[in-house]
Amino acid sequence: MNFICNFPFFSILLSLFSGTICSVLPGKAAKIVNRVVIAVIGVMSAVLLLYLLSTGESFIYWMGHFPAPWGNEIRAGVLEAGMALFFCIIMYLSMAGGAHKLFGEVVATKHNLYYILVNLLLSSLLALVYTNDMFTAYVFVEINTISACGLIMIRQVGRTIVAAVRYMIMSLLGSGLLLFGLCIMYDLTGHLLMSNIKESVNLLVANGEYQIPLIVSIALMCIGLCIKSALFPFHAWLPDAYGYSTVSSAAILSSLVSKGYIFLLIKIIYRVIGFDIFDNTRIIDVLFVFGLMGMIFGSLSAIKENDIRRMIAFSSVAQIGYIYMGIGMGTQLGMVASVFHILSHAATKSLLFIAAIGLTDVSGGSRKFIELTGSGYRNKWAGVAFTVGSLSMVGVPLFSGFISKLLFSQAAVQIADDKMLAALIVLGISTVLNAIYFMKTVIRIYTPVEETSYPSVTIWDRIPYAVVLVFFIVLNVLLGVSSQPIVDMIGQGLSMFS
Amino acid sequence: MGPNLFINYGEAVSAILFCIGFTNLLLQNNLIKKIIGLNIMDSAIYLFLAEKGYIAGRVAPIVVDGVTSTEAYINPIPSGLVLTGIVVSVSVTALMLSLTIRLYMRYHTLDLDEISTLLKKEGK
Repeated sequence: MNFICNFPFFSILLSLFSGTICSVLPGKAAKIVNRVVIAVIGVMSAVLLLYLLSTGESFIYWMGHFPAPWGNEIRAGVLEAGMALFFCIIMYLSMAGGAHKLFGEVVATKHNLYYILVNLLLSSLLALVYTNDMFTAYVFVEINTISACGLIMIRQVGRTIVAAVRYMIMSLLGSGLLLFGLCIMYDLTGHLLMSNIKESVNLLVANGEYQIPLIVSIALMCIGLCIKSALFPFHAWLPDAYGYSTVSSAAILSSLVSKGYIFLLIKIIYRVIGFDIFDNTRIIDVLFVFGLMGMIFGSLSAIKENDIRRMIAFSSVAQIGYIYMGIGMGTQLGMVASVFHILSHAATKSLLFIAAIGLTDVSGGSRKFIELTGSGYRNKWAGVAFTVGSLSMVGVPLFSGFISKLLFSQAAVQIADDKMLAALIVLGISTVLNAIYFMKTVIRIYTPVEETSYPSVTIWDRIPYAVVLVFFIVLNVLLGVSSQPIVDMIGQGLSMFS
Repeated sequence: MGPNLFINYGEAVSAILFCIGFTNLLLQNNLIKKIIGLNIMDSAIYLFLAEKGYIAGRVAPIVVDGVTSTEAYINPIPSGLVLTGIVVSVSVTALMLSLTIRLYMRYHTLDLDEISTLLKKEGK
């Protein structure tokens, strides 16, 4: 076995251990450790991705010395390695972009705690991406929840603690359902490894045995992960959690944490249940319908919002609706569109959060739209970045959002049944709604004001922040301009799944 | 379905307990009651697992008196899962309780709705 095959295991372990080490380091050193670890894992994932692309097939890595039905396994394919690389990039940029806010919002003695949480979060995300074992996935889902809760409440104001409590409650409901579904699945198949479960499930379906428990188990796992990733009716905790936590947390939570759960769901659909069996259950239609409702109602709530951070948070609800709509289409194309939208939304939403903080900083810290008037002139870089993010969210060509909308519509026109019309209509409506609230904000930040008491900042005042914004913009344009190789890679990764 | 329900009464009980815990966690206003609901929900799943791993007439998989035949012992994997699950649930409960203490020290109430109205009054 090639040495590179150790990389998934190394990256999980490295972030886990660096989290532990951060607990005894002072804040500054913890920050450096955190950055270095994220960068190293990013490089390892990139090397792994290149290696997998050259060999063209996925591999399975034994954890310990026991073969398939007994031991624990890690599995890496193109999609997993690509996701890990992408998560590292977004996490690095989000941490770098929000670092200056951390000093004002988090007590100085707690800075190293923040980096512990980020490292733990990264390790749990990587484990969710790579693991081939259902129970390991559950354990890391819980670690993910705990560290995400910590990221929300590290900024100690009343709002964030309440948001953290609400987040915990919804997450625990979700993980309870996931665990119960998993136990029923174990009971039916006698296995915990994804590939073994799939064989047994195929056998059960072929023999027509235990159909009802099987459906119940699939439904419980799906609903559990939907609650955790804030699909439409379960999104009540989201605006407060994203809106009031410190900005790095908001960017990481919206672009990575919910995506980790969605990625796990996609993995379960392909590697545990099998895409065709899942397609034949009615659950996929439920996901489709709730995805559509999320697209509309998330955007409507965002339009009503008067607070820029909460508006961006509500927009996340709509975008997660898009992803579930793609999954619910029940075609390979829809799934590719969903995975691409995971990337595109992660790149755009973290950009928006980081840019919004630049705008609110030059408006006296207020997040109300009335105060933000003209802030695009006071902080030019943040203004440009916010505009780019908005254009991408609305789906203007050149930016990543356009490609995901294009992929969604292409997938929609190729479905044979009634879903086609519904998907296309809602896509149209949702795009208009997106345009309403994002363009409203862009016009607002570029409306000149006669006299203002707020000072302007130039690029030289805060160079690292401007550099991060430039990287985000480049990432967005890159996803939008050279999308074809990435789409091909996603397709290749998905076909490796089964 | 009929006869199986009576044979697997343990699983049926655990499903009912799960529902009780779930509704408590979802609907109670009092935070402590919510946490109790969480624990009922998790314990119900462990009961389900234990019930699934148990084989009548066999003993826990700890080798005593040199008996190594697999026929003598119950399925050890669900027990292992229960142990892992308990660790997870304890840590989550601890986190929830610490959050509850923070909220109580700040707002002097355990009612989540009341806290929300207080927050609106604060207006931050």
